[in-house]
Amino acid sequence: MENSTILEIKDLSVSYTSSNKEIKAVRGLDLAIRQGETLGLVGETGAGKTTTALSVLRILPEVSSSIKSGEIMFEGRDILTLSRKEMREIRGRDIAMIFQDPMTSLDPVMTVGRQIEEMISLHTDCDKKELRSRAEAMLEVVGIRKDRFDDYPHQFSGGMKQRVGIAIALSCNPKLLIADEPTTALDVTIQAQVLNLMNQLKEKYRTAMILITHDLGVVAEICSSVAIMYAGQIVEYGSIEQIYGNHMHPYTEGLFDSIPDIEEEKSELKVIDGLPPDPSALPAGCSFSPRCPYATDRCGESCPDDVQVEPGHIVKCILAGKK
Amino acid sequence: MAEHLLEVSNLKKYFPTKDGILYAVDDVSFAVDKGETLGLVGESGCGKSTTGRAILRLHEPTAGTVLFKGDDIVRYSKKQLKEIRKDMQIVFQDPYSSLNPRMDVRHLIEVSLEINGVHDANERLERVKEVMDVVGLEQRLLNSYPHELDGGRRQRVGIARALILNPSFIVMDEPVSALDVCIQAQILNLLMKLQEKRGYAYLFISHNLSVVKHISDRIAVMYLGKIVEMSTYDELFRNPLHPYTKALLASIPIPKLNRKRDKLILSGDVPSPINPPPGCRFRGRCPYAKQICGEAEPVLRKVGDTQVACHLYD
Ligand SMILES: Nc1ncnc2c1ncn2[C@@H]1O[C@H](COP(=O)(O)OP(=O)(O)O)[C@@H](O)[C@H]1O
Ligand SMILES: Nc1ncnc2c1ncn2[C@@H]1O[C@H](COP(=O)(O)OP(=O)(O)O)[C@@H](O)[C@H]1O
Ligand code: SF4
Ligand SMILES: [Mg+2]
Ligand SMILES: [Mg+2]
Repeated sequence: MENSTILEIKDLSVSYTSSNKEIKAVRGLDLAIRQGETLGLVGETGAGKTTTALSVLRILPEVSSSIKSGEIMFEGRDILTLSRKEMREIRGRDIAMIFQDPMTSLDPVMTVGRQIEEMISLHTDCDKKELRSRAEAMLEVVGIRKDRFDDYPHQFSGGMKQRVGIAIALSCNPKLLIADEPTTALDVTIQAQVLNLMNQLKEKYRTAMILITHDLGVVAEICSSVAIMYAGQIVEYGSIEQIYGNHMHPYTEGLFDSIPDIEEEKSELKVIDGLPPDPSALPAGCSFSPRCPYATDRCGESCPDDVQVEPGHIVKCILAGKK
Repeated sequence: MAEHLLEVSNLKKYFPTKDGILYAVDDVSFAVDKGETLGLVGESGCGKSTTGRAILRLHEPTAGTVLFKGDDIVRYSKKQLKEIRKDMQIVFQDPYSSLNPRMDVRHLIEVSLEINGVHDANERLERVKEVMDVVGLEQRLLNSYPHELDGGRRQRVGIARALILNPSFIVMDEPVSALDVCIQAQILNLLMKLQEKRGYAYLFISHNLSVVKHISDRIAVMYLGKIVEMSTYDELFRNPLHPYTKALLASIPIPKLNRKRDKLILSGDVPSPINPPPGCRFRGRCPYAKQICGEAEPVLRKVGDTQVACHLYD
């Protein structure tokens, strides 16, 4: 590979404690991302996507969460061992995040222009004039006129607020951008605008990106590789071609079948029965086995290994490559 | 001409606000037949929920008629309304906020039986159990509270509540929008099966076009309080006429690779419904707008098998 690996997560496990129960949110997760790559992290509510993202930025809730195992290697250093000060330097400058609700990262009582300036000044030394012009340029990059520099977040629509969030996230030209459901709260035509913008910026800055979403349609528009998460684990991982053209995990198959196909005549949707398991009471063996139409006795006994079915295509299922 | 189950004509719902009148629903007309699903799509704030509620008179319409089985229910007294509500029900998007958190599943489902004069507790329980079966809720959940249920089951409770009086018309206001795709698929299949068995008519409101296409017989597209296009589900997707419909369809992210679609990406946001622009309300975002579009409001007219409100088809 010519592009170097930017981030490598190895065997990450994260749990929360709630009413004296251990909630196993992320379990033994491996993930790597290279420069210029856009990885889609896909799964239903509760799969552990946000927990993974918060771990990389080290912004998990301090009291209720704990990292049970793993390494998160970023530029040769394990993020999990850095001091708070070192972490503050990395956040925003090297790794930035966009949230589903842009107000998570916006200050309601500060003008949007000022907020971009703050982010830039946190990580660079430039004088006031340069600061202003860089912040204005950033607004224009995301398609907001610079005469809106002195407006407050509430004066913007949802789509425009998300653009501001993107401007702040990209203002220090980070090496890795983590976007957690950035378009989920937006209407489709606005979502199309924002995705289009993200696609352009991705090409322009060659920023590596982890796009967290539950929407396989959004992934198809923007990602180069995909990880499918179920109950805290990655159950299938591969290039976009492998996952869309030749997915092999029964859960991935179920996810694709659940989506009404807009280009086909309608028929009854194939559904996966039941629900994802309670992360504080996981089933034995493969976590998907209680719902899996192909499950055999063995599936309930031990957790399946990751099987590499072709280069770069990994499936956590005992049937992988055999069906 | 045969009578429709529901016929909505020139329905308007305006809200007075401190900044002026908000034209939430502005002169909307459509019909729904027995056993049919009319999908109502459009982006948030375009007036879908208000339309659904005004039909049931959960909002009092500002103007217009709502003929249900031939009778204009806009003129109904409170008492007549109560009677007709048995036959016209609604399912909401967020089953959590629409269910009383202090009532268990049994009571949530049976209240409307009580209100409607089924006084025998045993009979009520039997009917609750029956409808729970129909919507796929396990009987062991009879005494569970909403917060103990997952989203899919909560929505099944919402559906059971709507079904228990065996209505002929149900407004489905984004019933699957809060659910994950797998649960969404389970509920969509359920709704379609119920309709087939019992002949319900649905007004199915959603902002998700793939879902609407899947469940609807016909689809109406709304923009800023108006229906801009109405057609059968297949015709609408095969041959969209209104520029807004085209843009909506082009915006749907499709879970397949290498889609060569003509990407009609709209610029700008939906304008405020408080002082909607004169002429065509879509004009500010429309790539095809002509001079007349700023002068005269296009009206819904028949073009082929479709109804469309756009000056390109004058
Ligand atoms: N602060 C928290 N305390 C307790 N449990 C949590 C907390 N945050 C998340 N969880 C639980 O961890 C699991 C994974 O959650 P999350 O990472 O948010 O998933 P996703 O982003 O895929 O929806 C879920 O079961 C969720 O309920
Ligand atoms: N009770 C109300 N008072 C004032 N404005 C309202 C009220 N309900 C809805 N609206 C406004 O009416 C418009 C249409 O809303 P709604 O019917 O909820 O749209 P949709 O369901 O398509 O998202 C919006 O601009 C909304 O803010
Ligand atoms: S009437 Fe004019 S502005 Fe409106 S959609 Fe048609 S072409 Fe566009
Ligand atoms: Mg999340
Ligand atoms: Mg609504």
